[in-house]
Amino acid sequence: MNFKGSIFMRMNTETIKEQKQTTGTTHRITGCEAIVRCLLEEGVDILYGYPGGAIMPVYDELFKYQDKLHHVLTRHEQGATHAAQGYARISGKVGVAMATSGPGATNLITGIADAQIDSTPMVCITGQVGSHLLGSDAFQETDIIGISTPVTKWNHQITKASEIPEVMAKAFYIAKSGRPGPVLIDITKDAQFEEFDFKYEKCQAVRSYIPVPKINSKDIEAAAELINNAKKPMVVWGQGIILGDAEEEFKAVIEKTGIPSAWTILGASAIPSSHPLNVGMVGMHGNYAPNILTNSCDVLIAIGMRFDDRVTGNLATYAKQAKIIHFEIDPAEVDKNVKTDVAVLGNAKESLAAILPLLNKNSHTDWHNEFKKLYEIEFEKVIKNDLHPTKEGLTMGEVLNEINIQTKGEAAIVSDVGQHQMIACRYAEFNKTKSNITSGGLGTMGFALPAAIGAKMAAPEREVVAIIGDGGYQMTIQELGTIFQTKVPVKIVVLNNDFLGMVRQWQQLFFDKRYASTEMTNPDFVAIAKGYYIEAKKVTKREDLKNAVAEMIASENAYFLEVRVEKEDNVFPMIPSGASVSDIRLS
Amino acid sequence: MENNKDMFTVSIYTENNIGLLNRISAIFQRRHINIESLNTSPSEIEGVSRFTILVNIPEVQIKKIVGQIDKQVEVIKAFYHKEEDTIYQESCLFKIKSDLLFEERQIQNIIKDSNANIVTVNKEFFVLEKSGRKNEIDLLYKELSVFGIMQFTRSGRIAVTKDEMKISKMLAAFNH
Repeated sequence: MNFKGSIFMRMNTETIKEQKQTTGTTHRITGCEAIVRCLLEEGVDILYGYPGGAIMPVYDELFKYQDKLHHVLTRHEQGATHAAQGYARISGKVGVAMATSGPGATNLITGIADAQIDSTPMVCITGQVGSHLLGSDAFQETDIIGISTPVTKWNHQITKASEIPEVMAKAFYIAKSGRPGPVLIDITKDAQFEEFDFKYEKCQAVRSYIPVPKINSKDIEAAAELINNAKKPMVVWGQGIILGDAEEEFKAVIEKTGIPSAWTILGASAIPSSHPLNVGMVGMHGNYAPNILTNSCDVLIAIGMRFDDRVTGNLATYAKQAKIIHFEIDPAEVDKNVKTDVAVLGNAKESLAAILPLLNKNSHTDWHNEFKKLYEIEFEKVIKNDLHPTKEGLTMGEVLNEINIQTKGEAAIVSDVGQHQMIACRYAEFNKTKSNITSGGLGTMGFALPAAIGAKMAAPEREVVAIIGDGGYQMTIQELGTIFQTKVPVKIVVLNNDFLGMVRQWQQLFFDKRYASTEMTNPDFVAIAKGYYIEAKKVTKREDLKNAVAEMIASENAYFLEVRVEKEDNVFPMIPSGASVSDIRLS
Repeated sequence: MENNKDMFTVSIYTENNIGLLNRISAIFQRRHINIESLNTSPSEIEGVSRFTILVNIPEVQIKKIVGQIDKQVEVIKAFYHKEEDTIYQESCLFKIKSDLLFEERQIQNIIKDSNANIVTVNKEFFVLEKSGRKNEIDLLYKELSVFGIMQFTRSGRIAVTKDEMKISKMLAAFNH
């Protein structure tokens, strides 16, 4: 059995045609069938979830519709949300997760919060106890609307089947439009059983909701003037470029103006790593040059990013000398953390297309040289030792380097949270957009394994490599079961240092090496993978690394590779928490 | 000073949906901000609700909070106003022993001078209603508390703005 033959690859055009024919006409069906039909109307091909009492009627329909809609049984509801996120992040489509009431629903919360802070389009559907039982502390009843409110873009409880089509259409529209985010729809069991006349219309607008603010041409002109007069302009771009499908427009703007451009962690891969204007990552473990020169530039052009504290360090000393231009789709982000001189509201694709003709050609050669000089310092002090170490122990960086070489920078890298994540984001080579899938804002350990499953299913043609630490891996390790059952050929690399490495690094630097609860006594990870019948190997020596990575990449199946890395390596450069970006440390 | 606190009235026009109060109050709660008063009611537009919330925070913070409120899907539009930009009132009810009306002549004068209204009187108690500014209600409370108040309750602030809030226009634009 191989992945290509598995059921979710068999969505054919006939079934899609069949669905289309039913649009606009009415049929008397049950609420639970309506839910499945709504998913089909929205073009959903895969969803992730876990059944249980209050959602069983919907699962019964999923059984009937299994040739059209593939449900992936994860091993925990949190895994379902992260898989849906991975699916959404690599495809740009809405990820869908489903769970039962009570604990099923509450287990979704971490993934929902992650999707909210990282602006990932996701629709979660939860079953709920019958409407007559609401508020009675019934079995597996929980107020999931109340619980999910602060971490959803929108949520809604359905108690009547007739509400289903309109609410579901609205859910998908809200999740995907404007600044994307998670939506939770809670459906009582009686609404699932109730029959009604089904008719589906896609949502085009919601009167109280303006997903994309109108572009103001005066702002575009003001921004262009600042950029054209700048001597030392610098761009910091974020995920807004990727979410806004604005990669080409962005490239055109920076190539015309020659502006050195740095990225936030979620902006990575929007343009290739090797692009000459790409000067690296900003933020706590970002590159030396863009962090230092943030405090030297005269105009800082922020595009689709939100000045997260991990990016800015101490706000009181962040880019104070610079005029700030902020291209942003979400008006609430403007002036939230950093006061802007010119805010350009709108989606990045349109704003950047609008400003392009107003911009002067430039190359900023001298200014680029400042970046180059600082890069050389970082290379000598950090990068060289990370990628081409001469010491005995293996480094995380050299593993990434080997993966880059063997995937030719074509892989999507799904990283978890911690030291390995910073190393992965710093060193992974990206040739394609939507290739850096990681939990940025929430920092959710356990994200990568299930997210890699979703990413590979959404883009089966792509190589998907999960890079995970030994800590985070064990938070969602049960998803190996999902990989085994679905045969999804994800490549899993665990960089094992027997420590919660990032916390240990902080303990070393800021808590006098008091390693409180960070050392891990780990199991035999290879044996665990083999227990799930997943090919597995462990590397402990440098001379074995190349072949092991080659074997993993060559495999047509899921593959687990454990690399024993140096126990107490640190990630540098580093901006200590609360310090200024220009106080970045190289050791 | 940027961080000086001021009293701000927040006006929020919303859809009339279950759970929206929770969503809006969570925005304050998450930032550790105490809500001084909160009132929800229908607005001048059919089917549109209006929240009036009073908070005491710096202006730089209220701007960001109104941005967060405005961004909620079911919020049509949120505004914040300074004290001088609104006409506002609060309302309160006092329940007081009826005997006092006859035993304490002073109470009748207080009622007259404060423009309070007697809502009901029976053998045991009478109910006094007063609408006005916070300080007027505070004063009335102080004066009556000498005699003993059986029950007291007070509404949140309600306010209309001197400037127009163009909600109808926004909604009309949607319908076209």
